[in-house]
Amino acid sequence: MTIEGLQETLVLRALPAPDNASRHYWQSAAEGKLVVQRCTTCGEYQFYPRALCVACAGETEWVEASGRGTLHTFTVIRQNRSAAFAALSPYAVGIVELEEGVRMMSNIVDCDVDALEVGMALEVLLLKAADDVGLPFWRPVAR
Amino acid sequence: MGSRDPVIVGIGWSDYPVTPQLDSMDHHALALRRALADCGLEKSDIDGYVCASGFSQNVDDAPNMAEYLRINHRWIDSTSVGGSSFEFHVQHAAAAIEESLCDVVLVTYGSDLLSRAGRMLGTSTFSTGGTRVPGPAQYENCWGNVLAGGYALAARRHMHEFGTTSAQLAEIAVGVREFAGLNPHAQYRDPITVDDVLGSRMIADPLHKLDCCVISDGGGAFIMTTKERARDLAKPPVYVLGAAGAQTHWTISQMPDFTTTAAAQCGPEAFGLAGVRPEEVDTIQVYDSFTITVLLLLEDMGFCKKGEGGAFVETGVLRRGGRQPLNTDGGGLSACHPGMRGIFLINEAVRQLRGEGGEAQVPDCEVAVACGSGGYLSCIATVVLGKEGRS
Ligand SMILES: [Zn+2]
Repeated sequence: MTIEGLQETLVLRALPAPDNASRHYWQSAAEGKLVVQRCTTCGEYQFYPRALCVACAGETEWVEASGRGTLHTFTVIRQNRSAAFAALSPYAVGIVELEEGVRMMSNIVDCDVDALEVGMALEVLLLKAADDVGLPFWRPVAR
Repeated sequence: MGSRDPVIVGIGWSDYPVTPQLDSMDHHALALRRALADCGLEKSDIDGYVCASGFSQNVDDAPNMAEYLRINHRWIDSTSVGGSSFEFHVQHAAAAIEESLCDVVLVTYGSDLLSRAGRMLGTSTFSTGGTRVPGPAQYENCWGNVLAGGYALAARRHMHEFGTTSAQLAEIAVGVREFAGLNPHAQYRDPITVDDVLGSRMIADPLHKLDCCVISDGGGAFIMTTKERARDLAKPPVYVLGAAGAQTHWTISQMPDFTTTAAAQCGPEAFGLAGVRPEEVDTIQVYDSFTITVLLLLEDMGFCKKGEGGAFVETGVLRRGGRQPLNTDGGGLSACHPGMRGIFLINEAVRQLRGEGGEAQVPDCEVAVACGSGGYLSCIATVVLGKEGRS
């Protein structure tokens, strides 16, 4: 997936239905800001957003993430029987470890999917998919 | 131990792998009838019922099925945690029987997945454009991952950390296929080689087509009761020596460690309850949704050290004629996988412990383990079964 082609794939995707915990996360991404939760009691970061800290049940606050991370693991989807994604194959689905220590699933884009390696440096690429939703894609970057 | 020691006395299968003439209710009913015939109990003897709904055209959750089958239960359990539900059911039913909440527990499963939905389960995205996705799936479904891709994430990480190879994973599929050749009902029976697996098309790197389980129709049932009640039944009882379950996550992106499953917790717990060590197990029935599933569960249960699963499977210990044969009915990789396969692990373990394995019989089979994985390597339960009770 090239960056140019990426925008038009957004309509093919099932978008999140924001809830009380996730509304600010998706809205911020739509406005170009990647945010994650941090516990105000124990200081742990967490993803995905929740109504409590999963470590200590404390309350959380929003912190802007650096937007840098590494590729923890990945796969290249070569077969998807769903029409929407069949046309995009092959594409990379990765687990990204953010500098803040939390992990999220995303597509690794703007790259040769056959050249991906565990541990490679990534940066976030936020694309607005709807008024209330931005999607955080990731792409390889020189370290 | 005691007269209320939990035992499995009846097992039954519906027909598989391809049964377009049967719907999911037919599968439940056929399996129930055959499990009753197997042990000689009457339907009216059943006073406990367990059912995990899943992957059928009809609604088949526990209360609906209890009504449909008309089970007059004193105790019911609807635990539904994916393919491993049935291993959790053994744990729950064993406790209910020991505590005298009921005397005879029936577990049923039926699915018309292949005939109804085709082969969509492993390689399609769960929701498509124009929809909005609630809950934890909202963080995944937009990325076009597929079920096979989730397991591929674990396989890739295992390869990165431990140097595990695709050929080592393939060895698992090759060994299980050999047993499928002995099962006249198995979906695929022709022998395969490691090269066949590596040469099959890539589905989700690094998993090839033959690293993935089949999609089929099918159903099963088993009946549990007390050691005392089992005395005058048709077949010798199989003892539940230990059973334990655990969960680390549900959606794959929340897996805390992509190379370690909850079997690292529930495996040792089940073996501890049973007073059995992994090396004393005569046959291993492990959920083989994908080859990597088997490798992780074997390591986590303690059959070998973490990271050494690749070398372990290459020794041939899991093969026919090996010390601890794996998935002796041909497994999900070759025999059948109607969506939630855990009941087949229990039934096959019982078949082996009874000595009814035919050509696939493991010699001197006294202890078997069944380990199920539900979700995306998420909910794991381990059941240790024995020909004799705990001493
Ligand atoms: Zn906290």
